[in-house]
Amino acid sequence: MSLDVREAAEVTTPPRPRRELTTAFVVSRIAVLAVAAAILLYAVPPLVAAESWISLTLLLVASAVIGYLYLTRRFVPAKYLVPGTVFLIAFQVFPVLYTVSTAFTNFGDGHRGDKAAAISAIETGSVRQAPGSPEYGLSAALKGDSLVFLLVDPKTKQVQEGSPDGLAAVQGARLGVTGKVLEAPGYTVLKAPEAAARAKQIAELAVPTQGGLIKANGLSRAVEGRATLTYDAVCDCVKGGGDTWTADESQGYFVNAKGEHLAQGWQVNVGFANFARVLTDPTLSAHFLGMFTWNMAFALLSVLTTFALGMGVALALHHPKMRGTRFYRIALILPYAMPAFAMLLVWRDLFNRDFGLINQLFGLDVDWMGGMVSAKFAVILVNLWLGFPYMFLVTTGALQAIPRELTEAASIDGAPPWYAFRKVTLPLLLVALTPLLISSFAFNFNNYNAIALTTDGGPFPAESPTVGGTDLLISYTVRLAFGTGSAQFGLAATMSVFIFAIVATISAITFRRTRKQEDVYA
Amino acid sequence: MKLALRHAFVLLVCAFALFPILFVVSAAVNPLGTLASSDLVPNGASLDNFAKLFSSDTYPFARWVFNSVFIALAASTASLLLSMFAAYAFSRMRFAGRRVGLLALLLIQMFPQFLAIVTIFMIFTRVTELYPAFGFNTTWGILLLYLGGALGVNTWLMKGFLDTIPKELDESATVDGATHAQIFWKIILPLVTPILAVTALLAFIGTMSEFLMANIFLRDAESKTLAVGMYGMIAGDGRNANFGMFAAATLITAIPTVSVFLWLQKFIVSGLTAGAVKG
Repeated sequence: MSLDVREAAEVTTPPRPRRELTTAFVVSRIAVLAVAAAILLYAVPPLVAAESWISLTLLLVASAVIGYLYLTRRFVPAKYLVPGTVFLIAFQVFPVLYTVSTAFTNFGDGHRGDKAAAISAIETGSVRQAPGSPEYGLSAALKGDSLVFLLVDPKTKQVQEGSPDGLAAVQGARLGVTGKVLEAPGYTVLKAPEAAARAKQIAELAVPTQGGLIKANGLSRAVEGRATLTYDAVCDCVKGGGDTWTADESQGYFVNAKGEHLAQGWQVNVGFANFARVLTDPTLSAHFLGMFTWNMAFALLSVLTTFALGMGVALALHHPKMRGTRFYRIALILPYAMPAFAMLLVWRDLFNRDFGLINQLFGLDVDWMGGMVSAKFAVILVNLWLGFPYMFLVTTGALQAIPRELTEAASIDGAPPWYAFRKVTLPLLLVALTPLLISSFAFNFNNYNAIALTTDGGPFPAESPTVGGTDLLISYTVRLAFGTGSAQFGLAATMSVFIFAIVATISAITFRRTRKQEDVYA
Repeated sequence: MKLALRHAFVLLVCAFALFPILFVVSAAVNPLGTLASSDLVPNGASLDNFAKLFSSDTYPFARWVFNSVFIALAASTASLLLSMFAAYAFSRMRFAGRRVGLLALLLIQMFPQFLAIVTIFMIFTRVTELYPAFGFNTTWGILLLYLGGALGVNTWLMKGFLDTIPKELDESATVDGATHAQIFWKIILPLVTPILAVTALLAFIGTMSEFLMANIFLRDAESKTLAVGMYGMIAGDGRNANFGMFAAATLITAIPTVSVFLWLQKFIVSGLTAGAVKG
């Protein structure tokens, strides 16, 4: 009896099973450590060289956390979530947050760097040769990896090294007949074609001297000049040429009394100025509303037309007596399997006015991409072609999941086919497919490819050469940031924030509504 | 009669689906090789365009095919694994922050990565300075970028599918002493082949067609993908003259996709809808 009790006690408190050390276990730990070590070995030296201590700290902390995570037996869910999350944070979350913060700045052409960089660019850019200043023979050379000037004084034949740190004497250089340096110990003198390839770098190099700067004048001469514009820290202004430009921290520019500014500015926080500009700047806001309306219409029509056509053929094929469905199915899926980017470009040419197939086939002479309405129609038709096979595929699948008894019951009850479809089949289809329709809407709302590769936003009306008739918010944003003209990264980031807000709102509303619908039908 | 109507409708849609493809085939075999001379019915047949494509000095086409297929295969495989890991955790384990994590994924996914293209451009300008091997014009750089979107829709799709697989399976395996890693690799993974196939296919097609990022990222002729390279082929002056080559290139580009498609065909319908219904 007492024996039995002891046995029972043992059963209720079993010893924790000790998992043996399997080979897989050991190998995977070693692999994790090796990968971590390799990443550290590879990533640390450049960060140290660039002295970016914050990034270095982040990297070390992240590797320590990951190493700890995979070497303990705890935190099992995290082991599975971390790999994807690392990428998600680095290339999605961080860029989004960074974009939001950029939306509050004037970052873009003319405002790329900080104030010190702007001042030095203004000063070196204004260097003019002072009368009677010396002229040097110039050879561009490499000292290690950095570009330096080898300067020869034409009178004394003395050779000096010119770098952004200033002048330094060079010993043992061999001069050619033209007065240029041919060879110098410790330097690699660039030959003419090599120097020409680095012409931009050479033009930018400025060697500070006591009275001014030495800059290259072509590839074989250098002159000493003085900056005609100089920065005065006392008044926080730039003086020169009989004018004064005072720093305006709200604009990130040096502005003079007449309200003109110097070309080079710096990056500053502009608060909600970009947001206000999108909504109130007459040239922008007028287009913003139009663009937004078209953007909504494009996304909605794309979803509706593709779904209608895809479902239509799926229903037509969904009949027990239908023959040849295999062949039809392959033909209908082919557009989905063709490379979308290439077919978009092909469609652009099908709509070509002069030798496009559509005009030829139907004997038309329509300038499809040149008219506001016809271009919109063309873009939607192209998107229908690209999108309906996907809808066909998913409706086919969803149809097979609907029991035939349901529709049969309806027809026995005397319901006409159309009525049965509307009251039985369609609601069931919608329950299954709504999430896909919503994500299709979100995708088409930002379908950059469909626009960029067909119309490129065009046609452009004469009064607004930057906003085209078929421009989506996203294609306009990309043009703001990378298009022709000056890059306006700050404003482009603001547009991105707007788009995000719009898409998030729409999706939130629709998801909420769908949940209600599911309650009704499920 | 009704059946005839169905056939007529489907045939009409088939014609709509096929005629641009026919046009491409016709242009590809058109010996003149210009857009102006292309028609729905080819006026001659030759493989000149294909030959020109592979012998061209200005367009390293073979290199582009390699880049594209490599990037698409690597990106879809890697993102498949990453999202499968996450889906396994979300479906099978209960932990603090699980709900928040799932919702956060959905929300983040709504901010398309290319809306942040400006910032990504700036980040990679810095990366290019520090680690040239992962910077602009590199396969590894753009792969990293694509993996940023690995979690998200895929994870939701797979989680929906995993939820339908009975938990008793892994419970009995745990009783038999299997570790979570063994359950994942030996029990779960073989059971989710349909959804893996579909996600892989979608990821493959998506990566092959990706244009915006690649166009900003890959500027060297040698590093371009098909999307970027072929766009350049018929940009500006080349639009009419290179059209035959472009059409031939389009057909070649379709080969990997169509083969993957045919290979995975039997999984596609069931996989797509399983994810949709349960999503």
